[in-house]
Amino acid sequence: MTLTKDESGAETPDPVDTYTPSARRLERERHKRARSRRATAIAAVSTLVTAVVLYLVVVNAPGWPRTKETFFNGQYAREALPKVLEGLWLNVRLLLICGAAVLVLGMLIAVARTLRGPVFFPLRFLAAAYTDFFRGLPLIINLMIVVLGVPALRLQGVTVDPVWLGGTALTLTYSAYVAEVFRAGIESIHPSQRAAARSLGLSNRQALRYVVLPQAVRRQVPPLLNDLVSLQKDTGLVSIGGAVDAVRAADIIVGRSLNYTPYIVAGLVFVALTIPMTRFTDWVTARMDRQRAQEGTT
Amino acid sequence: MSDAPVLRMEAVRKTFGGSVVLRDVDLEVAPHTVTALIGASGSGKSTLLRCANLLEEIDDGAIWLDGEEITDPRVDQDAVRRRIGVVFQAYNLFPHMTVLENITLAPRRVHGVSRAEAEERGRELLERLGLGGKAGEYPDRLSGGQQQRVAIVRALAVRPRLLLLDEITAALDPELVGEVLTVVRDLKGDGMTMVLATHEMGFARDVADQVCFLDGGVVLERGSAEQIFGDPQQERTRRFLRRIVEAGRL
Repeated sequence: MTLTKDESGAETPDPVDTYTPSARRLERERHKRARSRRATAIAAVSTLVTAVVLYLVVVNAPGWPRTKETFFNGQYAREALPKVLEGLWLNVRLLLICGAAVLVLGMLIAVARTLRGPVFFPLRFLAAAYTDFFRGLPLIINLMIVVLGVPALRLQGVTVDPVWLGGTALTLTYSAYVAEVFRAGIESIHPSQRAAARSLGLSNRQALRYVVLPQAVRRQVPPLLNDLVSLQKDTGLVSIGGAVDAVRAADIIVGRSLNYTPYIVAGLVFVALTIPMTRFTDWVTARMDRQRAQEGTT
Repeated sequence: MSDAPVLRMEAVRKTFGGSVVLRDVDLEVAPHTVTALIGASGSGKSTLLRCANLLEEIDDGAIWLDGEEITDPRVDQDAVRRRIGVVFQAYNLFPHMTVLENITLAPRRVHGVSRAEAEERGRELLERLGLGGKAGEYPDRLSGGQQQRVAIVRALAVRPRLLLLDEITAALDPELVGEVLTVVRDLKGDGMTMVLATHEMGFARDVADQVCFLDGGVVLERGSAEQIFGDPQQERTRRFLRRIVEAGRL
């Protein structure tokens, strides 16, 4: 009894299968390995050549010494970094608050656009007009209107804080984008799902809430994350109203020193902030594609 | 009173765009009986079922469920659908929910049954249909036959007055058809009133109390299973059945 157990638990899990790779297979694998080595080598060489060429072109440009001094000054970079990071905290907070507001508002608008029946015509019309308008309006103009125009009205009780106003403008524009993403998701759910829900006696609203929306949202996670990445960098635009975010913090130093290095620092900081988010988006997308591929085979 | 039809249709007409899909259709389904709708694809079988469940609005005529006219525009359509179970050809399970969540959704959200109670009845039904171990699975992990049986359980979970089955074996591999048809046979044994559109003539002959042959949106011939399959009166019925026999489906 113990003997057989030892035997089956040992290095040959399947004692019947005495497979050894054929010469054909070994030859094939050798060829594949050689091919992939060659491909890697070519990629490495071409990357190196490109980098060297770019470097030489930039460094030998007539204005390079001057540009280097103005844009890549180590001393100004060190000075700017703490201030820029301090400002970045505002961008992060804006992202979190606007992101949440955008998701909620976008969902409401998307749902309003999918409501049927003549009773909802005004809602549908408003939602459609809203998305058309704010998707078309350049964000920078929207920001200027809200951040500069609203304080000019001198309304009682309405904030003049550029952070709040800038956040409002971002939310207006991005909720229009996100509403379209949600709407596409809702419309991508096959009508048979709604039919199944209705046939069980669920009302239109219940069918939407329990059957259509959960599937639509899940399906739209990658494009939603994409829009959030976009929102993340566009929070830098609230600086036009004077809010001290990362961009404005750089701006202040530039104004004082007439050296543009702080802008480079701010730019790199934004890139560093978005990279994890884009990688996360890629990961989620890849995972969902895999799942869908599996569903397709069953 | 107990013999009053569960479902009655009178002069039902349904068009899609310019084409007439149902023309003057009359139908009566007595309690605890099975009605099979047979006919070629596009003859109107599925549309008839969808109209009965108000998933399609009819153009003319009227439909009664337990004596209540459900095509009256003042009727609460959701309340009507609560009394009718539907099983679809493509199962239409909700892919983001587990089997048990699929089954308990309507009892909990529509009928106000407590979660514990809904789950208990759900598990009981799953057990009965041989799906005891599948409660926590997602639909895409199940075979077609299992998915369709889950769909049947989902329809039964709300204790419907009438069950509509729309070509429920048409999307299944041949070896899985049997397990689903067995379930329907058992339901007939329990006294469930059913209307089914089907291409499984052997099954229709076996299980149906009433067979309706639809052709071009009209109920061309109706009668008992023996009569329709044994001694069809209409030339078109005979031709349809002959084709089916030639295809080896009867």
